[in-house]
Amino acid sequence: MSARRLLLLLLAAVALAAIPWLVDGLLGVTWVRILSFAALYVVLALGLNITVGYAGLLDLGYIAFFAVGAYTYALLSSPQFGLHWPLWATLPLSAGAAGLFGLLLGTPLLRLRGDYLAIVTLGFGEITRIFINNLNSPVNITNGPQGVNQIDALRVGGVDFSQALHVGGFEVPAAYMPCLLFILLAALLAWACTRLQTSRIGRAWQAIRQDPLAAAACGIDLRRYKLLAFALGASAGGMAGGLFAGFQGFISPESFSLTESIMVLCMIVLGGMGHVPGVIVGALILATLPEALRALGPLQQALLGHVWVDPADLRMLVFGLALVAMMLVRPAGLWPRGAGR
Amino acid sequence: MRPLLAASGIGKRFGGLQALDGVTLEVAAGHIHGLIGPNGAGKTTLFNVLTGLYSADAGTVQLDGEVIGGLEPHRVVAAGLSRTFQNIRLFAATPVLDNVLVGAHLRGSEGLLGALFPSPALRREQARLRDQALALLDYVGVGKHAARPAGELSYGDQRRVEIARALAAEPKLLALDEPAAGMNPAETEALRDLLARIRHDGTTLLLIEHDVKLVMGLCDRVTVLDFGRRIADGAPEAVRNDPAVIAAYLGSPAGGAPE
Ligand SMILES: Nc1ncnc2c1ncn2[C@@H]1O[C@H](COP(=O)(O)OP(=O)(O)OP(=O)(O)O)[C@@H](O)[C@H]1O
Ligand SMILES: [Mg+2]
Repeated sequence: MSARRLLLLLLAAVALAAIPWLVDGLLGVTWVRILSFAALYVVLALGLNITVGYAGLLDLGYIAFFAVGAYTYALLSSPQFGLHWPLWATLPLSAGAAGLFGLLLGTPLLRLRGDYLAIVTLGFGEITRIFINNLNSPVNITNGPQGVNQIDALRVGGVDFSQALHVGGFEVPAAYMPCLLFILLAALLAWACTRLQTSRIGRAWQAIRQDPLAAAACGIDLRRYKLLAFALGASAGGMAGGLFAGFQGFISPESFSLTESIMVLCMIVLGGMGHVPGVIVGALILATLPEALRALGPLQQALLGHVWVDPADLRMLVFGLALVAMMLVRPAGLWPRGAGR
Repeated sequence: MRPLLAASGIGKRFGGLQALDGVTLEVAAGHIHGLIGPNGAGKTTLFNVLTGLYSADAGTVQLDGEVIGGLEPHRVVAAGLSRTFQNIRLFAATPVLDNVLVGAHLRGSEGLLGALFPSPALRREQARLRDQALALLDYVGVGKHAARPAGELSYGDQRRVEIARALAAEPKLLALDEPAAGMNPAETEALRDLLARIRHDGTTLLLIEHDVKLVMGLCDRVTVLDFGRRIADGAPEAVRNDPAVIAAYLGSPAGGAPE
């Protein structure tokens, strides 16, 4: 690596690491927590982007992989089974279990295309949630609708990501710690996705997305590359799930509903399908939009003297309007891939 | 001498239509082999069977002694048979160069790990494939369009890109489905030179073509299909004067008689 690239990398790392401080200073510490969730959504959206954006496989049950990852982490690090495995084991297992699940789901779906694939994956997503919901009898595995509680915090070596970190005389506040971890992982994934996109594998996906038959006639093994896209997207979702479980400390099946799958898909569509920077922007906007719209309550109070419309209802309205406007004005997304790519 | 491609007794049925009925086709190495016949004769269907897009109901296919009948399309390419399509099937939104790189897919070895952390050898391989793809684009005459999305090119240039994409796999046999369709006389003339050059450079060609002048001038051997049957096979001269062939063309409302 050249000295210049090393310097750029260092600058980028410092800039990313400075984000929690910046957000805290400008918007307050609650926004650091909001940003942590948003970074998890970035991981989710980048993962789904591999499946949908790169390979063109419309998966409407993506959140199932998030669920598998979350439950893998939760069951291995909570009083549920009395297991408290370390993060370096549970997180790869979360990603691996979800990836395996992706392979299992993907295999029977290989022959389906477009709408059919969407419908079947939608079904799989719901089945997974219902399955988790009911896996508390005859043997209690998932604890059913109550979910899993007291999940161990994210901890690596001596570093606990739910506690403040003291390095020399310098203190990193507790709220910043998960945020920094998630930003780091999201950045690594973004880098990997960018690399993949311009690689031999990325070109094969691009070919399959546009014309599977012509891709096969170019020597591309459709089965293999579709499964790879499914499994990689699923692993990213599983990793996000594991982080989510460790961050929140509890999980229950209702976190993994169809609306969540749709939300992650909307992030990709809004940002720009197949384009990493666009996907990141889309995920950040949609993940923080509900929180930003919360301010509409006090705003109504101040301007109109009364809260006329519940901000929670407004959220869906604004969200719907934004999507419709997007489809009309920028059908390719806010930040699509430039021409020639 | 063993033919490069040997297909025999190929049958293919669509519902009540016998699209191919015991067709036998032998292509000798080093030849340009023409496949002609009136509209709906079954030429494209035969291509689809040869390249694994359709599975035949009957018959066997061998390429260079290796059985390729019944293989999946990507395995047929690996065995050394590449093709183009009658209705151009480029990756329209993808740059021309990347279209050709997709064609070279099987010649690369970069996997998941290699994409993220390429070794020097992998970097060299990818750079070499890129250079070769650019050279191929120059070879077929569309080098200056390398960076443009393939869908933006003119019809004739798209056909050339598709030929380059198929050549990128370094096939033993290149099968072209009506490469001159939609080309003007000047473009067709240039295409003839290109096809002759490809053969000269060592690739055997199987050519479906309606332009009879092109076929007769270029091909070493011609096979004629009509209603899914082979009605003639031989040197262009002999085929042109074959009564069965003349009847097939005169009897077909869409086809013209070979002069
Ligand atoms: N997938 C299919 N399903 C049903 N019928 C088909 C299919 N493909 C081809 N056919 C029929 O098989 C017959 C042969 O078609 P084919 O496309 O092979 O003809 P062709 O010789 O390539 O004609 P052309 O010169 O018009 O391209 C036609 O009657 C066609 O309608
Ligand atoms: Mg045809």
